[in-house]
Amino acid sequence: MSADLVQPALVLSLVLFVVGALGVFLRRNIITVFMCVELMLNAVNLAFIAFSRARGTLDGQVLVFFVLTVAAAEAAVGLAIIIALHRGQDTLDVDAFRILKW
Amino acid sequence: MVTGVLEDRLVVVLPFMVLLLPLAGFIVLCLFGDAIRRHGESRGAGILACVTVLASFGLSVWSVIHLLALVGGKDGLRFSQPYLGVEWMEAGGFRVPLSLLLDALSAVMILVVTGVGGLIHVYSLGYMAHDADNVRYFSYLNLFTFFMLLLVLGGNLPLMFVGWEGVGLCSYLLIGFWFKKQSASDAGKKAFIVNRIGDAGLILGMILAYHAFGSLDLVEIADNAGSLAPEALGQFGAVTAVCLLLFVGACGKSAQIPLHVWLPDAMEGPTPVSALIHAATMVTAGVYMVARLAPLYTRSATALLVVATIGAATALMAATIALVQTDIKRVLAYSTISQLGYMFLACGVGAFGVAVFHLFTHAFFKALLFLGSGSVIHALSGEQDMRRMGGLRRLIPWTFATFLVGTLAIAGIYPLAGFFSKDAILASALGKYGNAFFAVGLLTALLTAFYMSRLLFLTFFGAYRGREHHVHESPPSMLVPLVILAVGSAVGGFVEIPRFVQPVFRLGAHEEGHHAWLPWVASLTAIAGIAAAYYLYVMYTELPARLAAAMRGAYRVLERKYGFDDLYDWVTRRVVVDGSRTVLWEGLDVSVIDTAVNGTGAAFRALARGSRTLQTGLVRGYALVMLGGAVALVTYLLWVR
Repeated sequence: MSADLVQPALVLSLVLFVVGALGVFLRRNIITVFMCVELMLNAVNLAFIAFSRARGTLDGQVLVFFVLTVAAAEAAVGLAIIIALHRGQDTLDVDAFRILKW
Repeated sequence: MVTGVLEDRLVVVLPFMVLLLPLAGFIVLCLFGDAIRRHGESRGAGILACVTVLASFGLSVWSVIHLLALVGGKDGLRFSQPYLGVEWMEAGGFRVPLSLLLDALSAVMILVVTGVGGLIHVYSLGYMAHDADNVRYFSYLNLFTFFMLLLVLGGNLPLMFVGWEGVGLCSYLLIGFWFKKQSASDAGKKAFIVNRIGDAGLILGMILAYHAFGSLDLVEIADNAGSLAPEALGQFGAVTAVCLLLFVGACGKSAQIPLHVWLPDAMEGPTPVSALIHAATMVTAGVYMVARLAPLYTRSATALLVVATIGAATALMAATIALVQTDIKRVLAYSTISQLGYMFLACGVGAFGVAVFHLFTHAFFKALLFLGSGSVIHALSGEQDMRRMGGLRRLIPWTFATFLVGTLAIAGIYPLAGFFSKDAILASALGKYGNAFFAVGLLTALLTAFYMSRLLFLTFFGAYRGREHHVHESPPSMLVPLVILAVGSAVGGFVEIPRFVQPVFRLGAHEEGHHAWLPWVASLTAIAGIAAAYYLYVMYTELPARLAAAMRGAYRVLERKYGFDDLYDWVTRRVVVDGSRTVLWEGLDVSVIDTAVNGTGAAFRALARGSRTLQTGLVRGYALVMLGGAVALVTYLLWVR
């Protein structure tokens, strides 16, 4: 990635993050929401890479590895929770899961 | 040489044997009491109790003889501190050894306790013969003797305190011996509670004594007291504080104002108990303690004045109340309180030896009077009201004869015991504190002679006013102790107790003021009292009622016993109980503490009710809030800061 690609990469990251965030807020299917969260994570990863490139240090790339690890773990746990939820309620609608309230 | 070693060991072992024999009797009766009763051998139980106490008396005599054979130290003081090498407790520098102290003072006391106590045990054989529960009775009596001996033999204050509490317990048990009677169990509780009030002072006094003098050993305290700085009148240093606190305990045990209220009620117990515990031995424990700590008390002018004042006030007050009592035992009870006051008066004017002398003679004639009254009550099958007696002198002549000796002894007629000790007290009080205590003493002596003669005349003279027709003389087991005590009351005054115990007090030689006129004045006072009683209760028997009617107010005050009971009743009911309910419970607890606690809870409930609506359960809502928070944070970091 050459230096002049930094700005487009950041723009792409922003676009991906906004798409992900909108997906989290607007979509009701829990799997879609989950995928959007992943999208947001990867958007942030892209931003890290871009900053790393721009500053010429490896700090950003190191952070990406951490994020990837957390994302992998989150995917495993999250999917398991989704399966359990689906078994319990027979639906994937996020708004159906609202028993944890006063 | 061999005999010498043997002699020394005896001095160590004998007092312990004196002490432990009655305890052994108690343990046997305690463990095998039921078996003994099932075999119908309750009489055997009584005999066992008598044997242990009489054997203890024999050993006491033996150990006192050994004591007298010891080489006297400075001031001619002979004492031994038997110690078997066992500690009761030990913590750091503080140690309480199980050690006894046998000196002239405790010698007099153990002889009185086991001697008079033994006679009362024998008397009880006859008196309690018809009681189904007499095994329990004798076990208590033995336990009491043990604790009383521990009280007078204990070599340090904590050990004395164990005996002190133990006799209190036995007093409670024996007052409430007929516990199915409400008044008896009430009287037991009253005695116990009033004594606890005094004991609180005693404990505080002991703690302060250890703090101030660094030792609780009676000999060490007495030895070191001489080096303490004397405290003048109105100066409240450590010595005065210790003496006054210990005197609070003495007031409780010896029934002095204001803690005297339990003793008259204690007459609910069996009569021999009244004679043993509430006349001859336990109630004199306070006098014993003050005399035991005489070196300390003489260091504090304030403490001595307080002791003398309380003693004089009690002597006079109790004597006046005794004038109007109609229950034969209650007259004697108030008489006991009055005589104990007399002893404290003697202590207060510095005549500790004389106080012990009066304690000694009083043990004889008061035990005799109580046992005599028990014999009267026994003869009349339980009647105690003197208004239903009269004319008994021909029906129960032995009881009358011994009772007469007792009455004359307490009134102070020469040559009976009371004359000498009372005369010595008056002589000691003469010329001290502007003769105030001498005047009170003389007035009390007059009243004593009067009310005791009144009792004698109402009971034994005039016409019989009772309903019981089968009036019978008591069995020999009751009469023999009466006769022995009568002999003791007659000759006890010739024993020179003051000179014997004087070295214990470390005061130097006992100097007794010699006033040739004093015995005449004292005797005339006593005769005047007796004559007045004769005039009122034998010659003109309708006069007392007219007198009472004429002096209605004074009579009422005496009948209400100066209102002490009413005052305490009012304080506990109105102040303690009602005050606790209205002020502490309804006022403080309900309105302040409960409101604060409940208010805290209510406030947090209201807060929670408002804030819990935030939790909708909608995940996207939470996400939105998170986003809002993130945007706000970033905005703040980028632009505002």
